[in-house]
Amino acid sequence: MSILDVKNVTKRFGGLIALNNVNLHVGKGEILGLIGPNGAGKTTLFNCITGFYRPESGDVIFDGQNITKLTPHDIAMKGVARTFQVVKAFHSMTVLDSVTTGALCRTRNVDEAKRQALKTLEFSGLLKKKDIPARSLTIVDRKRLGLASALATEPKLLLLDEVVAGLNPVEVEEVTKLLRRIRDSGVTLFVVEHVMRLIMSIADRIIVLHHGEKIAEGKPVEVAENKKVIEAYLGERYVA
Amino acid sequence: MPSRISRLSSSRFYFPCILFIIALLLPVWLPPFLLHVAIMIALFAYLGIAWNILCGYTGKLGWGHAAFFGIGAYASTALYMTYRVSPWIGMLLGAVFAAAYGAVCGIFCFRFGLGGHYLVIATIALAEVMRVIFINWDGMGGAWGLLMPVVPDSWYELQFHTTRIPYYYIALAMLLVILYIEIKIVNSKLGYYFVGIRDDEGMAESLGIDTFKYKVIAMVISAALTAFGGTFYAQYVLYISPETVMPVGLSTDILMGVVVGGMGRIAGPIIGAAIIQPIHELTRAYIIAYIGRGGLDYVVAGTIMVLVALLRPRGVIEWIEKVYNKVIGFLPSFATEETT
Repeated sequence: MSILDVKNVTKRFGGLIALNNVNLHVGKGEILGLIGPNGAGKTTLFNCITGFYRPESGDVIFDGQNITKLTPHDIAMKGVARTFQVVKAFHSMTVLDSVTTGALCRTRNVDEAKRQALKTLEFSGLLKKKDIPARSLTIVDRKRLGLASALATEPKLLLLDEVVAGLNPVEVEEVTKLLRRIRDSGVTLFVVEHVMRLIMSIADRIIVLHHGEKIAEGKPVEVAENKKVIEAYLGERYVA
Repeated sequence: MPSRISRLSSSRFYFPCILFIIALLLPVWLPPFLLHVAIMIALFAYLGIAWNILCGYTGKLGWGHAAFFGIGAYASTALYMTYRVSPWIGMLLGAVFAAAYGAVCGIFCFRFGLGGHYLVIATIALAEVMRVIFINWDGMGGAWGLLMPVVPDSWYELQFHTTRIPYYYIALAMLLVILYIEIKIVNSKLGYYFVGIRDDEGMAESLGIDTFKYKVIAMVISAALTAFGGTFYAQYVLYISPETVMPVGLSTDILMGVVVGGMGRIAGPIIGAAIIQPIHELTRAYIIAYIGRGGLDYVVAGTIMVLVALLRPRGVIEWIEKVYNKVIGFLPSFATEETT
């Protein structure tokens, strides 16, 4: 049973083909990893799924509905949340207010949204910092705040764009646990990540993009041994 | 959670309460000219708060609020002069017209994702369009404007000639009402969404906020509230023309107070108006009358704005807050405040 289907999606920027006929599906309840060298089109794919870009051709089907032409906020309302690689935050708001803003998409009542936000903050380990303005947070905490805000919208599918880049091993471990907890709470995860330790340990399946094309798909171990993948990352002469 | 009453008795509210009582008693001992200055402070604090909803909270800089102000003034005046409709009702209709024009401006600007300098230019242009329309609209008095017939003092017709005190209390009441509306908005879903849009539109979209819709809503609310101020002004001066109620200078006057006071802050427009308006009125009355040349008030106000932008870019409120927090630290508090 798949929750998200990406069908023949092509996205061009002028003469550059960022995504070339990409097909993939995300199964309900799984953690799907998306890897690829810099410029492979990972973030572009996320932007196409969440409505920030409109693909030239192809369809994005979420939960049986075609969401290709919807706006980002409509897609968020349908239950697709995301974080950003270049971290975005509501700088003037406190941590609690930022997450409350996310929770407000499911309710009109601010008090109720605040209660929901507090739960989400506790869940994601940010509760102690709830009164700090987002602009005073470290990059690491800002990423976690982005994740918490996205979670507060009660998504069915969560797209994470490099949530652990720049974290130390202990923090990576914490986030790994958090991602597992999120999955166990019934949210499907689609994760772009450069940190192989994380992706190899938590992903059920991995998809590899290179120059906008899908070059491999499978279990983490299979992908790691795939010749095309090694070639894409390290160059031809490293292919054993 | 502390109850409302006990929150009000916290030492933070001593000063606003004292200020409010002083404001209530002010007309008793103010000479007429200073009363006029006080009315202007209240009016521009009101207009500043209306502007602040779009520009301070939602972060979309509009420089054309004079158009909404003028629409409010013209709607009530024209209705009064042709059908003798009470300005109180004309006020509401003016707000409806201004809201409609605000919606047109908002849809026009935000559909194309205008922001920053481009939005400033577009809103100036849209306000100028309105002004030129009214200059050429003979039914509305054209460039001559409309001169209200003078009637005896009356609350129904909103005219007072023997004393300006009623005007003062009306302006003060309007200021209190808009403060209440502002605080309600800021603490509601709308307020959270407005600030979210100001801080990061991409993030806002990803959290399910229809940024286009909420920007238009902000513009409509701001426009409608500004129009009430226009009607009040028309009743106060009893003469309106495109050059007095719709010039770019008026839009500048409105936003100058907020920028000096502090954008996106509840008390910002009030502080700003209390600084800028006396300077305007006093330089106009004493220095300009003496040297016989206009425009000096803008030189002084502009200089202050530049200084504030250099020294306190977030507005004078930041500095006042610092001092204020120190002072209230020494005051006793009767509230059982929790730090939540």
